[in-house]
Amino acid sequence: MRHLNEDELVLCHYGEAGEAREFMQHLASCPSCRSQMEDIQSMLALVDAVEAPERSAVYGDEVWERLRHRLPQRRSWLQSMPLHPPRWALAGAMATLVIGAFILGRYWPKPEPQRVDSVVSAQARERILLASLDDHLERSQRLLMEIVNTPRTDSINTSPQRSLAEELIESNRLYRQTAERVGEVGIASVLEELERVLMDIAHTPAQMSAAEMGDIQERIDSQGILFKVRVMGLQLREREKAARELARRTS
Amino acid sequence: MYSMEEIDVAVISRARAGDNEAFRMIVERNSRSVFRLAFRMTGSEQDAEDVVQETLLKAYKRLQSFEARANFSTWLYRIAVNCALDLMRKRRRHEEHNETLQPDFESAIPDHSARVASADGMLFSVEVQKRVRDAMEILSPMERSAFVLRHYEGMSIEEIGQALGLRTSAAKHSIFRAVKKMRGALEPLMSSIR
Repeated sequence: MRHLNEDELVLCHYGEAGEAREFMQHLASCPSCRSQMEDIQSMLALVDAVEAPERSAVYGDEVWERLRHRLPQRRSWLQSMPLHPPRWALAGAMATLVIGAFILGRYWPKPEPQRVDSVVSAQARERILLASLDDHLERSQRLLMEIVNTPRTDSINTSPQRSLAEELIESNRLYRQTAERVGEVGIASVLEELERVLMDIAHTPAQMSAAEMGDIQERIDSQGILFKVRVMGLQLREREKAARELARRTS
Repeated sequence: MYSMEEIDVAVISRARAGDNEAFRMIVERNSRSVFRLAFRMTGSEQDAEDVVQETLLKAYKRLQSFEARANFSTWLYRIAVNCALDLMRKRRRHEEHNETLQPDFESAIPDHSARVASADGMLFSVEVQKRVRDAMEILSPMERSAFVLRHYEGMSIEEIGQALGLRTSAAKHSIFRAVKKMRGALEPLMSSIR
């Protein structure tokens, strides 16, 4: 094999060489290339000598204090959620919701040491995460309502609903697995049923007949999943309200 | 166990829905890393602080355009890099009409003045930092950005391309040019070490 040029050595150093194996084999057997590589690596090690000034553990708070007055006014989250939200608002793979971790008061892992007097409290984080699951349920509910209210005509295009269902399945799976892991049996059970219905929707043909649409509408109806999702949403909102109230009383 | 990125997506979702407390969490989690990136790019502590503010303000205004499947850090870094590049371009235009401004890298150097005279090791360290600063100054803004993102932030070349709005091959060549220039600029120092 020919000698490696400087660019190839740089790629090797950063682990970005497509032909890494061949390059490494060559380096092992070529003193000249090895010497070049050591030279590059020594230079890059010098570059590491320049460090950025340290910022304290409360730097984020300081930045927030300077920033918050400059933020433009936005509509509340309720006003921002139209009946048929645009695609960006319904993206899949949304989140892991560590519901139980908050309900059980577990540690919210942060890269910096957590301050005891952190202004964004554990209650606020719980409220945010509960609200995130509530959003997911609301989006799922809207999709189910759309399906249930679709007129049974001869050829029904369900491509948008299918894509949405696929996105919601990913988030739902993460929420469900987390709920199972932390022992939230009730939540996990409803999410499991919801996931089955979402999968049914995701696997429908792009063009459905009236009969096929009727089938899926009856399945949604017979399982009572809409009702269960609504009830769970209400319960989560109560918990979110309680978390907000607790935060207000303890602040 | 889910990654921090997955957990953060819940917070981002809430922030996009208008929850300012959730955005505050984004600010707290990302300020330090944005500052480090901004400092390495601009070489100035004050400029880096300005970049942090502008980056987070722009991120707030553009949250609706963030696609939840994308990588949030890459998206935020892209905004930070563009803010830093804008600032660096303004500084260069200002320098063309005024005296040359010296970058404020001195603030990054620990104050060894009390011991420099008696500690050759520390003197050398100060000299190394100065030479590296000077070497980075000869890079173009794009070369510097690509190099900083690869070397200090550990981003892949593909991610760097996304952050800088470049094709992967262009990002790669920016890094190559940066390393070549820095090798040339630091060769006298390297020779003294060998």
